[in-house]
Amino acid sequence: MIDSLAVIWSIGRKDLLLELRNKDVVVAVAGFALLIMVIFTFSLNLSQDSARLIGPGVLWSAVAFAGVTGLNRAFSLEVEGNTLEALMLAPVSRDLIFLGKALGNFLFITVALVVVLPVFAVLFNLVIFRWEMLAISLLTTVGFSAVGTLFAAMSVRVRAREVMLPLLFLPVVTPLIMAAVESTSHMVNGRSWSDMSEWLQLAVAFDVVFLVVSAFVFQHILED
Amino acid sequence: MVSTVIQPVVEVRKVVKNFGETAVLRGLELALPPGEVTVLLGPNGAGKSTLLRILAMLTQADSGSVSIHGVDLAQKGPTARGLTGSVLHSPMLYADMTVRENLIFFAGLYRLRDIDDLIASNAVRVGIESNLDDRVRTLSHGFQKRVALARALMHEPRLLLLDEPESGLDSHSVSRLDNVIDEYRHAGRTVVMTTHIVEHGLEIADRAVVLSGGVVALESPSPAGDSTSILAAYSEPHEQRSPQGSAL
Repeated sequence: MIDSLAVIWSIGRKDLLLELRNKDVVVAVAGFALLIMVIFTFSLNLSQDSARLIGPGVLWSAVAFAGVTGLNRAFSLEVEGNTLEALMLAPVSRDLIFLGKALGNFLFITVALVVVLPVFAVLFNLVIFRWEMLAISLLTTVGFSAVGTLFAAMSVRVRAREVMLPLLFLPVVTPLIMAAVESTSHMVNGRSWSDMSEWLQLAVAFDVVFLVVSAFVFQHILED
Repeated sequence: MVSTVIQPVVEVRKVVKNFGETAVLRGLELALPPGEVTVLLGPNGAGKSTLLRILAMLTQADSGSVSIHGVDLAQKGPTARGLTGSVLHSPMLYADMTVRENLIFFAGLYRLRDIDDLIASNAVRVGIESNLDDRVRTLSHGFQKRVALARALMHEPRLLLLDEPESGLDSHSVSRLDNVIDEYRHAGRTVVMTTHIVEHGLEIADRAVVLSGGVVALESPSPAGDSTSILAAYSEPHEQRSPQGSAL
C-alpha cells in the first residue's frame, strides 16, 4: 500500500516538477478560463442578481473548457518523448500509472483554480471563499482529473486529438459540471450545506465511479 | 546418471502478432538458455523489434504465450517487468529533467533503495558521471542512450533487452556497451539484442537467431563458426504475409 502510494506520488511529483519548469499546462488552463470569464463579464450587463444566476455556470464551464486544453498538453508531453513507454516498462501496475497521471492533472487544475477563483470573485462580485467552495472545487477537480486523464490517454495517439478530447470529455463530465454549478449556485445564494448535499453526493459518486472505472479501462488503453 | 534440465530464461510459444492486415510474427517459437548473449538478426520487417517489444511488455501478442524466468507475461506482468531491463530505439527520457532527476524518478518506480549510490555506480559504468546534473535536452543522442542504459541497469535485471543499442553511438560508447554486455554474460545473466551490424553481433553473441517473415529461419548456438549460413539466412528475401498466409 505504501509502495503504491509512493509510486503514485512519484509520478504526480514528476509531472509537477516538469510543469514548474515549462508552465505549459497551468498557464493554458488558467489563461483560457480567465479569458472566458472576462468575455462573459464584458458582454453581459451583470447585476448582483444576474451574477448569482449565471456566475456559477460561467465559472465551471470556463474551467471545463480550459481544462481540456491542459489535459491534452499534459499527456502529449509523455507521448512526444516516448516516456509513456518508459513508465510502462516499470514493474508497477498500469492503474498506478493512471492514478499518478491523474494526480498530476489534479494538481495542475488546482493551481489553475487558485488563480481563477479570486478573479471570478472580483469579476462577478460574489463571496465564494467559504468551506463549501473548497469542497465543491476539490470534488469537481478530482472528477475532471479522472475522466480527463483517461480520455487524454485514449485520444493522444489520434491525429485530431485536439478535437477528439473535448468530444469525449465534455459529455461525460456534464453531470459533474451540473453538480458543481448547482452547488455553487446554492452557496452564492446563501443556502446551507443540506441544500446542496444531494449535488455534492452526486459529485462524490461520480468521482468514485470514474476513478475506479478509468483506472481499469486505462490498463487496456495502454496495451495496443 | 542424473540429467539436468536447464530452464530457459525466455520461452516464446506459438506467438502471433498482426498489425492490421500485416502478419509480423507467425507462430514464432523460441527458447533461450540463461547466461547467454543472443543476437536477433533479420532484415527490416522480420519481426525483431516486435519480438523485443513483446518481451518488454510494451506490445501484447495476439495469441501464443511468452514467459521470462518461468513468469508468464500475461499473468504476472509487473513481476516479469521487474526481471527485465530494456533499451529500445528511443531513449525515453524526460528532456526537461536532469539525468540525475530522471534516474531518481525511475529508481522510485522500481522501488530501489540507496538510490544515490546506485546512480553513482551506474553512471560510472556507462560513462555519464560528469553529466548527471545536465538536462537531458542538452545531451547528444549517444549520451541519452547511455542514460537509458544506466536506467535499464539500475535494478540489475536478470534479462537485458537491447534494440539496436549501437545506433547513434560512437566507437568509444560501443566498446563501453560491449563491456556491459560482457559483464552481464560473466554474471550469468542473459542479454537479448537486435542489430543490423551483423559482424559485430556475431562477434559478441553466444547464440544467433535469424528471423525471417515472422518465424525463426535459423538458430545457431555457435554464431562465430556459422557466420556463412547465418549471413545467407539473413540476406534471403522474404515476403510480408497477411495473417491468412497469402503474400501481400
